[in-house]
Amino acid sequence: MSWKQAFSSSVGKKIQMSLTGIFLILFLIVHCYINAQIWFGEDAFLTAAHFMGTNVVIRTIEIGLFAFLILHIVQGLSLWAKNSKRRNTRYAVKAGSQTSPWYRRSMGLLGTLILLFLIIHLSKFWGPNRFAQTFGSGELNLYELMKEEFQNVVIVVIYLLGCFALAWHLVHGVYSSMQTLGLTTHRYKTMIKNVGVAFSIIVTVIFALMPISFYMHWVN
Amino acid sequence: MEHYHMNLTLKVWKQKNKNEKGRFETYQVKNISSEMSFLEMFDVLNEQLVAENKEPIAFDHDCREGICGMCSMYINGRAHGPWHHTTTCQLHMREYKDGDTIVVEPWRANSFPVIKDLVVDRQAFDRIIQAGGYVSVNTGNAVDANAIPIEKHDADESFASAACIGCGACVAACPNASAMLFVSAKVSHLSLLPQGDPERKTRAMNMIHQMDKEGFGSCTNIGACEAECPKGISLENIARLNREYLGAMFDGGSQNAI
Repeated sequence: MSWKQAFSSSVGKKIQMSLTGIFLILFLIVHCYINAQIWFGEDAFLTAAHFMGTNVVIRTIEIGLFAFLILHIVQGLSLWAKNSKRRNTRYAVKAGSQTSPWYRRSMGLLGTLILLFLIIHLSKFWGPNRFAQTFGSGELNLYELMKEEFQNVVIVVIYLLGCFALAWHLVHGVYSSMQTLGLTTHRYKTMIKNVGVAFSIIVTVIFALMPISFYMHWVN
Repeated sequence: MEHYHMNLTLKVWKQKNKNEKGRFETYQVKNISSEMSFLEMFDVLNEQLVAENKEPIAFDHDCREGICGMCSMYINGRAHGPWHHTTTCQLHMREYKDGDTIVVEPWRANSFPVIKDLVVDRQAFDRIIQAGGYVSVNTGNAVDANAIPIEKHDADESFASAACIGCGACVAACPNASAMLFVSAKVSHLSLLPQGDPERKTRAMNMIHQMDKEGFGSCTNIGACEAECPKGISLENIARLNREYLGAMFDGGSQNAI
């Protein structure tokens, strides 16, 4: 069996989802850490942002990040589409939450919401900054940009909804990625589930506090 | 528990064969004892239909003691009904009270076409077993069953996985109609034992390949299968199947697979 065959079976596609998902989780940790610098002053944040925006290694990893992100999205949407065609006659009465929590059944929907949020998010910060770096007068002051954007209550609400979708996606995503790699043995499964939930809460609360902090003028 | 009688309304799926379109029929059953099993209640209904010169409802059943894996009703949205770790034949009418309406559907998955009414064709499972759910044994004198020492924990785990009766409730309950819980139980009970070890890599690959070919969905770790399994097969089996698959992927020996 070739590598291509190994990765294209139903389990192989799960492994693709799992590995790209773990990479995106690692990215979130870095993103969260860098953004948290806003609470340590404008200079601390801008130094970190400058490093992330200009360092050769980081910029190279950025290409990989987009590749993995696109793979995760394409593979996820294709799995969602295929799986929904496995039962042509639907049940008249559905089990719903009696046999599984809603977020485990809604990964495709939550992922799509995150994707919509991501398009807005990238067009607000990453996009204009890279454009200015490449074609304009150099890096933008992202701190000032955040301060300005997060005065708009609509933007703040969109960001909070994005964080909400991300939290539920991660609650299942962290556990699910480990299950797919076969790490959720009897000894570790409870620990992995709890760490996943704790991680989801901590990361998304920190992310959600950023627009709130600017909107409420906790940081200036 | 107090013995009582009840009258019920049943909405049952009727379908002539796999090509015809099915529909729900409504039936009334009277004077059902709370001590009857769910299938006995269906026997009463069918006798009533025969007496009225109507066609009885086709449903699968065999041992009626929860070990054969034939019964397969989706009752009010639940595979094998609402009770934990039971098959349909073990569900008893004391679950219901007078005047209840019960909706009964067949397992629904494209890989399990309806043969008639509540009977579905589960041969896809047989073909998955044929693809690798066995151990090859040399002919000659029978080997002493206890000749190879096996660790107690492994033997217990293997036994727990071997409890799978292949009823298909996992597929019926899964929003993706995935057969991973079934396949993982069948892979686990063999790969945990020394007799299953020589063929473990090709087994995992070939059984998953056949599972995909049969048109089952892919697993998204939802866990509805584990919640509905009458034999309590755990998701740890799916994690083990994933490990077996990864092991086979990185091993040259699996080139014989597929």
